[in-house]
Amino acid sequence: MNTPTRDGRPTVKPFWPPLAAGVALGLVLLLTFLMTGHGLGASGAFTDVVAGAGLTVAPEATRANSYLAPKVADGNPMGSWMTWEVLGVFIGALVAAFLAGRFRVQLDGSRTVGTTPRLVKALLGGLLAGFGARVAGGCTSGLGLSGAATLGIAAFVFLALFFATGLIVSRLVRGI
Amino acid sequence: MFPLHLNGMLSGLLCGILFGFVLENAGFGSPLKLSAQFRLNDWAVFKVMFTAIVVTAFGLWALRLVGLMPPDSVAVPQALVMASAVGGALVGAGFAIGGYCPGTSVAGLASGRVDALVFMVGLLIGTFAFVGFYGPAIRGMMAMGSIVDGDTFTDAYGVSEPLVLALLAVALVAVFFFGAWFERRSAGPVTAQQAVAGAGASE
Repeated sequence: MNTPTRDGRPTVKPFWPPLAAGVALGLVLLLTFLMTGHGLGASGAFTDVVAGAGLTVAPEATRANSYLAPKVADGNPMGSWMTWEVLGVFIGALVAAFLAGRFRVQLDGSRTVGTTPRLVKALLGGLLAGFGARVAGGCTSGLGLSGAATLGIAAFVFLALFFATGLIVSRLVRGI
Repeated sequence: MFPLHLNGMLSGLLCGILFGFVLENAGFGSPLKLSAQFRLNDWAVFKVMFTAIVVTAFGLWALRLVGLMPPDSVAVPQALVMASAVGGALVGAGFAIGGYCPGTSVAGLASGRVDALVFMVGLLIGTFAFVGFYGPAIRGMMAMGSIVDGDTFTDAYGVSEPLVLALLAVALVAVFFFGAWFERRSAGPVTAQQAVAGAGASE
């Protein structure tokens, strides 16, 4: 737990070693497969939110959209397994951050690139990742991690291009 | 017999809470630590992901071997090569520019990062844009290079599954070996103190 140091700030606990964190993540992913028949994910919840919001705001246009139509055919997808899972990710990470004294409200990266550029880059990065995840049919966790664990070819193609592009773009643009 | 096909609220919350707990403890709520992988001075992202992939892949294989899980009972992504490549490149670019991917942005927000919330707004806009542009052109691009014979190396090319698993295990050892080499020759991994202080803070 957080034991305050002499200057009154809580002690920041170190991160788990990568091997331990990797084994833990693998066991959580295996448990997810055993319980549900599919892996973990994240971007799918954002799609469900867009589909659910669309169904509320513009039901006709949403049902007519060829991408969203199958997702809203059985009703509002806002309460899907994936949306609950992502809410769980928030709760789990919040608990972990508090237990380890690592919760701190901040605009991370504002010191290195400036406040406005950081906001613009976070928004632009999210936009590219959101669009890209829909093209690939998943993101780093849903397609990369979970797909690779099932030895899917698509997952390894995704991961190779993800890391190659990340390496190049991070040399051209300073995100943080 | 597994899988149990529990796809309700409690199952989602449980899997998500465990996932988020591990993500934050690995340091993946910090965009400073995440993007340090692309600068090659912190290999935690590669190490954690590869370890998890190998643990789960071996686990699924072992469960099938002892008969607790029938073959073809878990979801395998369709082998849409062009879609995976283009999507992977876009998510990688978004990661480098924004500092997160979709899942880690949720962990970032949970550890107090406002920029992660902005990234999540971007995710919604990007998803909305895709849905708006979705049509014959995007569908055609996504279908390019699809492998029709199967979705895994075993189904599509007849590579035996133990061989694929063995290659993954070798790749895992290589990631830890090369990672340590790069980390020794650079600033090294981002510590929890540095991550909490935020990018650019002096120690």
